[in-house]
Amino acid sequence: MYELLTNLGTWLTSGEQWSGPDGIAHRLAEHLQYSLLATLIAAAIGLPLGLLIGHTGRGAFLAINLASFGRALPTVGLVVLVFLASGLSMWPVYVALVALAVPAIVTNTYAGMTAVDPDVRDAARGQGMRGHQVLLQVELPLALPLIMTGLRLALIQVVATATIAAYVSFGGLGRYVFDGLAQRDLVQVLGGAVLVAVVAIALDLALSALQRALFRHRTA
Amino acid sequence: MTIDWSWISDHTDDLTALTVSHLQAALTAVLLGLLISLPLAVVAHRIRPLRGFLLGLSNVLFTIPSIAIFVLLLPVSGLTRTTTVIGLTIYTLVVLLRNTVEGLDSVPTKTKEAAQAMGTRPLRTLLTVEFPLALPVIMAGVRIATVMSISLVSVATYIGDGGLGQLFTDGFQRNFPTPVIAGVALTLLLAVVADALLVAVQYVLTPWTRRRA
Repeated sequence: MYELLTNLGTWLTSGEQWSGPDGIAHRLAEHLQYSLLATLIAAAIGLPLGLLIGHTGRGAFLAINLASFGRALPTVGLVVLVFLASGLSMWPVYVALVALAVPAIVTNTYAGMTAVDPDVRDAARGQGMRGHQVLLQVELPLALPLIMTGLRLALIQVVATATIAAYVSFGGLGRYVFDGLAQRDLVQVLGGAVLVAVVAIALDLALSALQRALFRHRTA
Repeated sequence: MTIDWSWISDHTDDLTALTVSHLQAALTAVLLGLLISLPLAVVAHRIRPLRGFLLGLSNVLFTIPSIAIFVLLLPVSGLTRTTTVIGLTIYTLVVLLRNTVEGLDSVPTKTKEAAQAMGTRPLRTLLTVEFPLALPVIMAGVRIATVMSISLVSVATYIGDGGLGQLFTDGFQRNFPTPVIAGVALTLLLAVVADALLVAVQYVLTPWTRRRA
């Protein structure tokens, strides 16, 4: 155990490990690119959908069951399926990651919208606000904490799962996990896993800081 | 992408065996997860300083890629079912622990005080008052953990287990979509059925919540 940790320390800190196309810096950049782009696409789909369902009250059944469906969908199967359909491209990775993230975003956005006090909504309408004004100026700010929770949850899952890009021979930090697995090199696997966990936690902290900043603006 | 139906009819025995093995792994993990998280949740609920630590720790475990958890367990438990179950159990803890703590938190203080005033001892209060009242929130966690585990079993295919996940590897290596489609469909079906059964269990266990529906 002790030897493993020392080897891990050496692996993580040696300069050559960090440089070059197989280096940690490059793999880290790839991993961030996959994760952030997938989460952005998922947010672009999930946020409007969740807001619309929450605002109109239509499709609530969809919003509630989408979460369960998203959790049940086996990511590996989805990646392989899209891979067999589309050939070697980034499609399988992005489809799987977006499919993973959209349900979490939709359900939390919808939950945030339903948590808005109906009296507040009525008051906004009573003051003559139009539908889109109520949505953007009243409901959205009030639903923001839960919406942010959904985005954070989605991002953590996406970062952890982006490992799968390496399965269909792309890069990212999953490279170390899969290559280490093939070579029975535990230090490499552990290094990759630690890096993924650190990235996920760092991004989560960054989003939670952003959330606090947005809150301060709202309550001030 | 077409489905080769004759492959499916030729392999019904294999598909059944894989489905059973898949379900066994997922359910064992959820049961173990409950055994671990129920007492831990009581500790986190009662002792505030430990609460942040325990919940934070379970969140960190959630950020480790599942494939990495399985691989890292290899030196401990080898290419076995044990590795699959331990890995899945670690993931269920995140959901089960958080939901059980929240469930216990949601029990009104006055209800607990009433039980105490009637002379009910702490352990009995916990078992007969707090846990039953926390049950809806705990069951929500159990449902999420079960569906999540059923989906995650397939990741263990990389370490030679993985139930229906073996169909994914098989289809990938032979460039043959049918087993992959069958694997995805059966996983989704298992999840839906298991979730519906848990809803039924909750309905039976919490008769006092039915009026609201």
